[in-house]
Amino acid sequence: MTVLEGFRVALEALRANRLRSLLTMLGVIIGVAAVVLLVGIGGGAKQEVTSQVEGLGSNLVIVVPGKFELGSAPTVSRLQLDDVDAIARVVGDPNAVTASVTSGEVARNGTREMFTSMVGVTETMTTVFDRPVARGQAISATDVDTRRRVAVLGSEAAEELFGDVDPIGRQLTLAGVRLRVIGVYAERGSAFGVSRDGEIHVPVTTAHRILGTERVDALVVKAPSSDRVEELRPKLEQALVDRYPGEEFSAVTQSQILGTIGKILGLLTLVLAAIAAISLLVGGVGVSNIMLVSVRERTREIGLRKALGARQRDVLLQFLIEAVMLTAVGGIIGITIGVGGSLLIDTFSPVPAVITWWSPAMAFAVSAGVGVFFGVAPARRAARLDPVVALRTD
Amino acid sequence: MIEAVDLERTYKLGDSDVGALRGVSLSVAAGDYVAITGPSGSGKSTLMHVLGALDRPTAGLVRIDGRDVNTLSDGDLAELRNATIGFVFQSFALLARTSAVDNVAMPLLYRGMRKSARRKLAVEALEKVGLAHRLDHRPNQLSGGEQQRVAIARALVGDPKVVFADEPTGNLDTRNGEEVMKLLGALNADAGVAIVLVTHEPDIAAHASRQIQIRDGRIAFDSAAGRDPAAA
Ligand SMILES: Nc1ncnc2c1ncn2[C@@H]1O[C@H](COP(=O)(O)OP(=O)(O)O)[C@@H](O)[C@H]1O
Ligand SMILES: [Mg+2]
Repeated sequence: MTVLEGFRVALEALRANRLRSLLTMLGVIIGVAAVVLLVGIGGGAKQEVTSQVEGLGSNLVIVVPGKFELGSAPTVSRLQLDDVDAIARVVGDPNAVTASVTSGEVARNGTREMFTSMVGVTETMTTVFDRPVARGQAISATDVDTRRRVAVLGSEAAEELFGDVDPIGRQLTLAGVRLRVIGVYAERGSAFGVSRDGEIHVPVTTAHRILGTERVDALVVKAPSSDRVEELRPKLEQALVDRYPGEEFSAVTQSQILGTIGKILGLLTLVLAAIAAISLLVGGVGVSNIMLVSVRERTREIGLRKALGARQRDVLLQFLIEAVMLTAVGGIIGITIGVGGSLLIDTFSPVPAVITWWSPAMAFAVSAGVGVFFGVAPARRAARLDPVVALRTD
Repeated sequence: MIEAVDLERTYKLGDSDVGALRGVSLSVAAGDYVAITGPSGSGKSTLMHVLGALDRPTAGLVRIDGRDVNTLSDGDLAELRNATIGFVFQSFALLARTSAVDNVAMPLLYRGMRKSARRKLAVEALEKVGLAHRLDHRPNQLSGGEQQRVAIARALVGDPKVVFADEPTGNLDTRNGEEVMKLLGALNADAGVAIVLVTHEPDIAAHASRQIQIRDGRIAFDSAAGRDPAAA
């Protein structure tokens, strides 16, 4: 009997017992779908983070106080606005450095009210972060120097506080202070449900007065080119250490941030996939179990086939192919559900999901392998049946 | 064709041994038509299984078509059965969810024959037993007599040298039983296939040209005893 004939015979046997075949496949279907889905969501999260960090603008170096590493607590900032000038001297371009201070505040326009991030920024923010205004004006050097009470709104904040009305030239209250709206940013999108479009930007000096502080949270440097990024980092750190002896600062690049987040998400994806793989294994045990029942039930059929000339390897092949077909078809259905589910989740929920080519391929290979592995025991039992005993069984 | 000398077949039941065959010697020549009769439990089926290479004797010698069963592997025995022996069982032993033509073609699968060739031979075999109009019927869509004719078609599809039939009429009424016996008779007379018929009914045994009676695992009577020195 050839392998092709084996497939034909196995397919017939599986079709003869459709419902049972489907139920047997269910474990594999669920396992494979779970693997594909979870890997898709994990990959989606990773891609989302990547695009968010890259969307900040290119060749950025972010300078924060303290150490930047997995699990370290954030350090309270002692950075101040004059550090911007010191850093600008290191970079050699005052327009390539910006600083910001962020605080959660309530914004109000008449009866409309929202909780928002008030971000104090310098005039270089728009160039460093590549964040153009859609209407009106950005915050200027004069605004910063003279502590003007002006604000530039994220598109969502504009929508929420002013609705259809053009906010430019109008007043709003932020943290109890009246500000005049001078511009609205172009839409940016959200990261992890936190929308940058909901922010309200004010001159950093204005923010300092409102908050009663002189500190800035972080300095951000835009390197002139990507190959200068690595060279700049130690220089930036040193410049700050010179100014604050005995303290530690970290100049981190986007790729470092990406690497760290990627590590966390990679680990998370791995754990999820491992859990899903266990369910695939359980599915395999189910296949083995049902195949054993099937062999017992079909003792007479096996005895008859052997009596009429089937050799051990013919019977072995038939039952192995049955097991592999169960798991392979289950695998294909599982992949379809996993891929379809990922697409649905990606389209209709805020959770992103991407399908990589390797996760369905691997899930299929594993499920077929599970079929071989868990099919061997029942198939061997079938192959070794004594035809006489099998024929006498009723 | 088949030669058996001092056959013994013992089943182990717990601590005790049950001797189903206790020294049986006989030979079946090409074209013979042998009926094996005897009371229930006397060892008829066991003898048929051993002579048909389905089972190995505990002691003694079986030679089928010149080949010593004791020296052959399980795989060789399977091939030997497939090539030279046909079986008909009391319970028909058809695959329930499989059409008549596919049931008949099944033994040819293990010869490595192509599907179209298998089907062609199976259709011819079903024509011989008068079931050309029932090719695609499943066993449960056929009468008992028709099912046993399908089983006979399956036994002869591989062009065997000998057909073993174990109580082939046991589950049939007299009329269908006669039909089956007619087919077996024709197979023997026209194609020269040797037939070993196991039955406990004297009427059925009477179709055979040679009578063997078994009692308690031994041959009690062989109408061809004079011809066969081993049975003396
Ligand atoms: N697998 C077995 N295990 C134990 N005893 C068996 C087995 N098969 C047959 N026997 C015994 O062997 C004897 C002969 O059985 P069998 O050949 O089926 O007789 P018959 O076909 O003449 O009715 C009986 O006593 C039966 O109980
Ligand atoms: Mg019997």
